Amino acid sequence: MSVHLSDRPVAAAAPPRRARVNRRGAGGDGAVGWLFLAPAIVVLGLFLVLPIVMAFWVSVSDWKGTGSPFASSVGFVGADNYAALLTTPGLAQQNFGTSVRNNLYFVLFVVPVQTALALFLAVVLNQRRLRGRNFFRTALYFPTVTSSVAISVVFLFLFSSSGTVNAALGLFGVDGPSWFADPRGIFHLALQGLGVVAADHPPAALADTSVLGLSLWDWLSGPSVAMCSIIILVVWTSTGGYMLMFYAALQNIPVSLDEAALIDGATPVQRFWRITVPQLRPTLFLVLTLGLIGTWQVFDQVYVMSRGAPANTTLTPAYLSYSTSFIGKQWGQGSAIAFMLFVLIVALTLVQRWILRERDRTPRRAGR
Amino acid sequence: MSSHRSRLARLAGYLVLVLVALAYTYPFLIELGTAFKTNADATAHPLNPLPQQWSLDAFDALAELDFPRWAANSLVVTVAVTVGRIVSCSMAGYALARLRFRGRSAVFGALIAVMAVPGVVLLIPKFLVLNQLGVYDTYAAMILPLLVDATGIFIMKQFFETVPVSVEEAARIDGAGPFRTFWSVVLPMSKPALITLTILSFQASWNELPHFIVSRQDPALNTLTTGVATLVSGQLGQGNQFPLKLAAALLMTLPVAVVYFIFSSRFTRGTYEGADK
Repeated sequence: MSVHLSDRPVAAAAPPRRARVNRRGAGGDGAVGWLFLAPAIVVLGLFLVLPIVMAFWVSVSDWKGTGSPFASSVGFVGADNYAALLTTPGLAQQNFGTSVRNNLYFVLFVVPVQTALALFLAVVLNQRRLRGRNFFRTALYFPTVTSSVAISVVFLFLFSSSGTVNAALGLFGVDGPSWFADPRGIFHLALQGLGVVAADHPPAALADTSVLGLSLWDWLSGPSVAMCSIIILVVWTSTGGYMLMFYAALQNIPVSLDEAALIDGATPVQRFWRITVPQLRPTLFLVLTLGLIGTWQVFDQVYVMSRGAPANTTLTPAYLSYSTSFIGKQWGQGSAIAFMLFVLIVALTLVQRWILRERDRTPRRAGR
Repeated sequence: MSSHRSRLARLAGYLVLVLVALAYTYPFLIELGTAFKTNADATAHPLNPLPQQWSLDAFDALAELDFPRWAANSLVVTVAVTVGRIVSCSMAGYALARLRFRGRSAVFGALIAVMAVPGVVLLIPKFLVLNQLGVYDTYAAMILPLLVDATGIFIMKQFFETVPVSVEEAARIDGAGPFRTFWSVVLPMSKPALITLTILSFQASWNELPHFIVSRQDPALNTLTTGVATLVSGQLGQGNQFPLKLAAALLMTLPVAVVYFIFSSRFTRGTYEGADK
């Protein structure tokens, strides 16, 4: 039923030009226009634009959290807060470095896995004469609309040490870890498991050099076991939405293209890589960038499930900026983290829009 | 041989889908079943969604806690935000799609820019603004910042652009002003878009967590999201009490689930509208 709905917004994106052609002289509805926009402008200005300005100011100030940040007693400290996070050795720098490492591994695992899984499922779902398509689509998308808090609670039970996952692993004779209490990095565990490195004796070259307050050995830890359960949760939650995007794009690939390749004797694998994937490139790019943008903002799950524990291995910059400000009362540093995150995400978004716009102009338009 | 092979491929496809569907439904079955278990049963049989003995203890315990209050707060906020978004987004969308005035394209450009702002980095400054305005820790602080949604404006604008201009021109020729035209001609034609907007607003504000963390601290203003989050972070005293937590998760999921299973196509549509900006 929703098969066709999916292409509607794409079609709806075309008409703006028509509206312009029809306009009779600019400035006709001036007052009314601004009146209609007033609520939106006031609310977005007050709670979206102004906050960005305030965040920037607080990030270069020594505001302590009481009174107005614009009061005369609040001083300008330049880049001190940024320096405390980036260059001055100390706890703030170490926490920030740790949060960046954790989030890097989070992105590194979540984005490729959810993208590949979503694409794979979309291809499976796109097979002709498949029964129960709607059921599968409904089931896979459901986690996306469900409250992140509710899902986090469910996963806390699934991944508790005596929970569902460990019970399932037990059926296969595997002794599951105590997920949320386990701060060991999985790369470290793998290296130790292979006997490359002894548990408590990391190679000196790695242990003695440090970047952002973290030794290279710590940078190479991989996500902790605890972080892995959050990674699994997020992949589980978000794959459905991306799958639907791929599915909608697959529906737009002309069947004739695939059939021509079939007649030419291409194998299914060849058809997938030579026909399907190139046709899906814009969607692939969209899913990858949306994934990148989303994974740098992970907050809800960390807040509900772990609050950064164990041993800071599930700490993310988004959560650290919150805890530094609201719990640690270091408002300047918290804002500085938020502002760096802001710059990173806006940059990612701009890259995405720029590339997708280029693609939109050339091949896509021509097809329509 | 080729047809034999394609049948095999389809069989493999089914197998994959069944496994995946299991992975996607089983957690919800566990959630549902465990909510009706006793604490001991939940710990002893985590893999079996069926309770050994059905128990309503978890729900009784929730009623004793502040859960009903959280639900009421969630309802108040969700209704207010949804009504607000319907009004603000449809008006703004109409202005951007149809009204002619200087600065319109600049506003639209600003709107597109604003859609890129990640909500999570606004947590601290939103608190600062609410504090500065003197509304921190009130319903106003919880509701006001959510009243407008850039994506909602975008959805409405796109819809209004598909309404034939001739309809409005007829109304204008009959002497109706822009507001009359919008209210009694365009809006009644916009039911599909308004329903989509209602559903997306309902779902977004019902599930909202970060904003309610930074806009209040009074426990009496807890919504379901912030309230249930405190349950998990160990304010229950001893024991895991998983049935209680899962019952809470179950109850807070139900309203969205009901709406989803009735209107699932509109949810998925929202994904694209949001993504295709």
